[in-house]
Amino acid sequence: MTEQHTAQQANSKLVKKLLLIVVGMFVFAVGVLPPMYDAICDITGLNGKTSNEAADTSNAVVDEERSVTIQFLANTDPAMVWDFKPNTFSMKVHPGEIHKVDFHVRNPTSRFIVGQAIPSVAPAQATPYFKKTECFCFNSQELKGGSEMDMPLIFYVDPELPKNVRTITLSYQLYDITESTDKAPSLAAN
Amino acid sequence: MGEHHGPMKGIKRWLYATNHKDIGAMYLWFSFIMFLTGGALAMVIRAELMYPGLQLVDPNFFNQMTTTHGLIMVFGAVMPGFVGLANYMVPLMIGAPDMALPRLNNWSFWILPFAFSLLIFSIIQSFLGIADAPNFGWTFYAPLSTKYGPASTDFFIFSVHMMGISSIMGAVNVIVTIFNLRAPGMTLMKMPLFVWTWLITAFLLIAVMPVLAGAVTMMLTDRHFGTSFFDAAGGGDPVLFQHVFWFFGHPEVYIMILPAFGIVSAIIPTFARKPLFGYASMVYATASIAFLSFVVWAHHMFTVGLPLAGNLFYMYMTMLIAVPTGVKVFNWVATMWRGSMSFEVPMLFAIAFVILFTIGGFSGLMLAITPVDQQYHDTYFVVAHFHYVLVSGAVFSIIAGVYYWLPKWTGRMYNIGLAKLHFWCSLIFVNLLFFPMHFVGLAGMPRRYSDYSLQFADFNWWISIGGFGFGLSQLILLWILIDVCFRKKGEAVSDQVWDGADGLEWTLPSPAPYHSFSTPPVVK
Repeated sequence: MTEQHTAQQANSKLVKKLLLIVVGMFVFAVGVLPPMYDAICDITGLNGKTSNEAADTSNAVVDEERSVTIQFLANTDPAMVWDFKPNTFSMKVHPGEIHKVDFHVRNPTSRFIVGQAIPSVAPAQATPYFKKTECFCFNSQELKGGSEMDMPLIFYVDPELPKNVRTITLSYQLYDITESTDKAPSLAAN
Repeated sequence: MGEHHGPMKGIKRWLYATNHKDIGAMYLWFSFIMFLTGGALAMVIRAELMYPGLQLVDPNFFNQMTTTHGLIMVFGAVMPGFVGLANYMVPLMIGAPDMALPRLNNWSFWILPFAFSLLIFSIIQSFLGIADAPNFGWTFYAPLSTKYGPASTDFFIFSVHMMGISSIMGAVNVIVTIFNLRAPGMTLMKMPLFVWTWLITAFLLIAVMPVLAGAVTMMLTDRHFGTSFFDAAGGGDPVLFQHVFWFFGHPEVYIMILPAFGIVSAIIPTFARKPLFGYASMVYATASIAFLSFVVWAHHMFTVGLPLAGNLFYMYMTMLIAVPTGVKVFNWVATMWRGSMSFEVPMLFAIAFVILFTIGGFSGLMLAITPVDQQYHDTYFVVAHFHYVLVSGAVFSIIAGVYYWLPKWTGRMYNIGLAKLHFWCSLIFVNLLFFPMHFVGLAGMPRRYSDYSLQFADFNWWISIGGFGFGLSQLILLWILIDVCFRKKGEAVSDQVWDGADGLEWTLPSPAPYHSFSTPPVVK
């Protein structure tokens, strides 16, 4: 009986160790991988994830020798009802020059809606060199029913941009985040 | 602890089963039923693709067929098939009385029918036209499976959770059995290779099944609880899904092939009448394949826009896997070299495995080359590749194992003539089915479409003929199994069964007694 007892102890000890691996791997998949992936994308600028902070313009030197085509795309999530388009679809810029473009939004409904734009830059190689000093995507945007506005973007292209990049596409996807913000009072006031 | 009781009577024997042979048998039958079910779905795919244009099903239904075919074959047929063999054979091979955790064993089996009921329920609904089954491919990439997934995606998620729990418990049981219940004298390096490959597979399972569970859990919370792991709207990223999925998915493909290596390494020495060539190198090769499987996952993602350094790293790591795999193939060939070979049915399947698996390995090597993969990605070339390694690889090895050990399980020899017919039909049709897929794939036919350009028409007709032929051939196996298991037909066999067989399982009577080794054998 004692022999069987020690055998069972050995079994349960091993089972506990193995279950620890199982739990550890689950935590790794849900709790470690996603933030790690985000951190890697942030550092390397992979997948067009641009910085969400205003860039510094103090030491920008304009490179008149080169020009880069910037294309603007504006899309809305299927659940987002705003009309959303860039006022300028494409422009040529010299690296280092600071430019301002506007994106136009209109809320065709009678509801108060909060929107959030998520930027993405292609090719991914250019992402770290596309600098936004001011962007409507840094904050959520609010529109009362029936109203419209121009949303500004101020940007420059870092002169360090790799030579083979001649065109950069900046795409915005606009999402309806009314429900997840606590703007409920103004919603009621509407 | 009653020492001499037999099995319980009637249905209770199976519901309350704690005996490794009963549970192994249930796993194997479950696997075979799922194999036929997944095969039936494949027949729908091949019927639709026999001619260009849409004849039988609409594209959405077609996508549901490809998705559920893949899921059922991977999680329902191949994995439980190997778990069944492990349950039956590992205690016999290491001289143990049973699995170490018999009640856990019961539970890990009985979760499976419920898991697959959930999945098959949504397929039945789809056949009846009530609601869509999962239609996003077996890889269930976000956002197809999150934002755009049909309602049945939630059934699928819970089904995967349950399969995962079942696999993890099965793997824990295998590891504990192998570590704690080996007969005296059986050191690790004396274990049969099937036991070794299963030990390593079990570690892969407990390492990556929780990652799969994590992936579907994140899908679930994205779908219903307002998180956005895979949704760009909230700062998530769909590409993250692919990383998480393939971090599970690549070790998963080795989970489905390492036990096959073990089976073939048991069969070839028996019928070549020579000990396995390079036993130790086989063990190290298996372990290095398992290790490398964790650092190659992004070779499934060469077209998502990884940085150049990433593409190169995953390309080289992937090609490195060919080295230990090559060691194995050469060892099998060297085992056969100048052996006194005979070609019984298990040997036929094992030799077919070596040749056809190697073809699948070569096409895998082609796919590993990043610039080449950018052309082959998501074409029928990929379909050809993974069916060569999974059907003529994993499935052939399971069939070989069944033909090899069936006389030991039942005490009777199956109908050898029918088994040879089964082999030759399977061999011819599996190649007719999958070989032309290489050609249409290289010519640009994309996978997962219900229609194709006219230039692919003739090849697809032949592929469909191969598919129907291969599917029907498996009914011969069903007949053989019914004959020997239920109709009790066939000549009684000796304990040894095969004259060249070596290993503890052949020292037991045929059929193996209900309780395996009540006194542990001594291994010298």
